[in-house]
Amino acid sequence: MRNMKNLKTFFGKYAIYFVLFFEIVFFSIASPYFLSATNFVNVLRQTSIVGIMAVGMAFVILTGGVDLSVGGVTACVGVICAKLMISGWNPVFAILASLAFSALVGIVNAFFSHEFKLNPMIVTLATLQILEGIAYIVTGAIPVYGFTESFKVIGQGHVGSIPIPIIIMIALYVIAYIILKYTKFGQSIYGIGGNEEAVRLTGINIRKNKYSAYVLCSVVTGIAGIILLSRTNTAQPSAGSGYEMDVIAGAVLGGISMSGGEGKITGVFAGVLVMAVLSNGMLMMDVSEYWQWVTKGIVMLAAITYDRILKKG
Amino acid sequence: MDAKNSILSLRGVKKQYEGAPIPAIEDITLDVGYGEIYGLVGENGAGKSTLIKTIAGAIGLTDGEIIYKGGKLICKSPAEAINKGIGVVYQEFNLFPNLTVYENIFFGIEIKKNGFLDRKQMIRKSQEILRQLGFELDVTKRVSALSPAYQQATEIAKCINHNVELMIMDEPSAPLTEKEVGKMFEVVRKLNQSGVTIIYISHKLNEIFDLTDRISVLRDGHLVHTFRTEEVTEQELIREMVGREITEIYPEKDFRSGEVILKVENLTGAKVHGVSFELKRGEVLGFGGLVGAGRTETMRLLFGADRKTGGTVYINDKKAEIDSPTDAIQNGIGLIPEDRKQQGLVLNKSIFFNCLLPSIGKYSRSGFIRFKEARSDIGKLYDILKVKAVNQGQLVSRLSGGNQQKVVLEKWLLRDCEILILDEPTRGIDVGTKQEIYQLIKDLAAQGKAVIVISSEMPELIGVSHRVIVMHEGKITGELKGDEITQETILTLAS
Ligand SMILES: Nc1ncnc2c1ncn2[C@@H]1O[C@H](COP(=O)(O)OP(=O)(O)OP(=O)(O)O)[C@@H](O)[C@H]1O
Ligand SMILES: [Mg+2]
Repeated sequence: MRNMKNLKTFFGKYAIYFVLFFEIVFFSIASPYFLSATNFVNVLRQTSIVGIMAVGMAFVILTGGVDLSVGGVTACVGVICAKLMISGWNPVFAILASLAFSALVGIVNAFFSHEFKLNPMIVTLATLQILEGIAYIVTGAIPVYGFTESFKVIGQGHVGSIPIPIIIMIALYVIAYIILKYTKFGQSIYGIGGNEEAVRLTGINIRKNKYSAYVLCSVVTGIAGIILLSRTNTAQPSAGSGYEMDVIAGAVLGGISMSGGEGKITGVFAGVLVMAVLSNGMLMMDVSEYWQWVTKGIVMLAAITYDRILKKG
Repeated sequence: MDAKNSILSLRGVKKQYEGAPIPAIEDITLDVGYGEIYGLVGENGAGKSTLIKTIAGAIGLTDGEIIYKGGKLICKSPAEAINKGIGVVYQEFNLFPNLTVYENIFFGIEIKKNGFLDRKQMIRKSQEILRQLGFELDVTKRVSALSPAYQQATEIAKCINHNVELMIMDEPSAPLTEKEVGKMFEVVRKLNQSGVTIIYISHKLNEIFDLTDRISVLRDGHLVHTFRTEEVTEQELIREMVGREITEIYPEKDFRSGEVILKVENLTGAKVHGVSFELKRGEVLGFGGLVGAGRTETMRLLFGADRKTGGTVYINDKKAEIDSPTDAIQNGIGLIPEDRKQQGLVLNKSIFFNCLLPSIGKYSRSGFIRFKEARSDIGKLYDILKVKAVNQGQLVSRLSGGNQQKVVLEKWLLRDCEILILDEPTRGIDVGTKQEIYQLIKDLAAQGKAVIVISSEMPELIGVSHRVIVMHEGKITGELKGDEITQETILTLAS
């Protein structure tokens, strides 16, 4: 009786890791090509863009908000950086300038959702529209390409045999882990998502923390946008479309509660991996893309329902 | 009393929460007779709320059985319980805040006409029931917009409307003023006379003695004794509850006046009109008045929690700009808010986390928290306040009501403020701990700190304050010192 209960809490706590484990076992049996070091690196590389964005998203959702504009940020950062480089800017300055732009987006998102107490879902839906519009206006809907060779390194380079995007992603997870667990900012974020009014009355500056979370989310997304640009070597105004769903799905699968205040960054990483392994495995099994969508949706529903049932029990 | 002529019998009831090392209640056997008013008392965390939640089906039992009107009772939810005639007025209100008053009252038993809801009829009947209870209110208002007294009236009205035969009340008087308590008593007595059996939980023993026929004492999850009310004294009851003798609840007052630490001039806000007062080091200043007098509002303005429209605050003779709680805390002011759930705690976080929040800056170096230091300091206070929990890591939502209140106190004591404002500090706290809190207040003052206490409990206000300021409709109506502080003088000034 007692042991059963412990088992249940154990499974509840680590549900996402079990899902990941079973996924890997399943695909290893189903496809002979799945279980290999190359494929493993491949999965990580493919997921690095979403994986990086999920780090920033986790911060915003933990405060009790959400950021739907990440796809727009990815696109805008890409085209701005590309246009600047084409017009002769040094890539480093082009990158810094486009990241500064992403920070500005974060400020705008925080400004409207915090100062006017608007629903962040609606605010960021609006900024998403604006950003996507800007991306098309800036490019005239024509892809931009022709950057210097050195710019490719970010998205396509390796350190040893490990692709640089993976290194950046892992570094960001480590930093996020430390921030959330050990710093004043991280702990305040958790508190704000749990009960904003109670936290305000303890003297913690809500405004500062919320702005920081949104800016962090946008800038981290900006970094993902740069990596994407470097990897594809072309700036497409449509580059970011649909990312918000993958990113939020990863975070929520990983146990970040949409009402804020709960969840761990390690879980987010696992959540993102679950989705990535699923795509990769199905690809290896020659499942058509449309069936992949259906399957992903079902896994998502199953995982969050399972989580909820265990938490309640 | 035996099971036959009892409306409710418990036999060996046990409840162990998931993940808890020991049961919250164990081996509870008792019988409640038809038409009785049955009192339940015990320290914070003794298991009173747990007991009634198992009866009402809000949580499942681990062992034992419940017999209701001669048959075995199995309720899987409070909704099922109320349909079987068992209604509960919870310590934590249990209404749907986003529904209107009448929708709550008719929840699950809506009146229908031709398949559609008959709103007119429900509104009319709801108004009728509430009027009988002595409340006039707009029943189409949302419950979230009501004051605690009206929310409670709605809960009772819901019970009446469902024709309950057994009504269980968990600390119903805690959110009410003395006058409202009087009114609630009338209602309870009336219901009882019409045949409703009542189980009544409270930390206020005078209420228990006033109202009940029999009293059971819970200690550490066990039923230690059941008395006939007329056969027991308050002293004996307290001894059973806390296991020791408590003769004097309030420590002796000694006020060695220090210099003025706080001076408030013409403080003005939405519900506060030109409030001025001074506070000295070493002083305990009480604020008296009826609900709506503007005491809480005054303190929230002073603390920067609400926007003030006028007034100046001086701290140590220097003008202080306080526009937010952050400013207030930097100026050495702390506020323990009256509503622990909404304003005092992050419920789904640990005791440790909650205690750390106000002091998070104090325990951080360049943004990093020094957990070890914090943990040891919090641990010390935790022992002093005797928070009943598995450890500091326990979620606050899993503490009993009184223990949650202790956590709110603890987090502000840890902050070590020069000026501490306590708004209803002992709400829901047991006798033994109350005494300890009064001693703590006295100690703070003796250390040269300044304390402001708001309380709706007259004896408490009189018992701890060196000086009392009385407010009415947002203005100060008078000030009382020393022997002038009595129930009568306060009441005269309060209205
Ligand atoms: N959801 C929960 N999970 C785990 N433990 C709990 C939970 N709720 C209460 N407890 C524990 O059960 C014990 C009894 O709590 P209960 O709320 O019944 O006390 P109480 O007598 O009503 O106290 P109070 O006077 O403070 O309201 C406490 O030790 C408490 O920590
Ligand atoms: Mg209780």
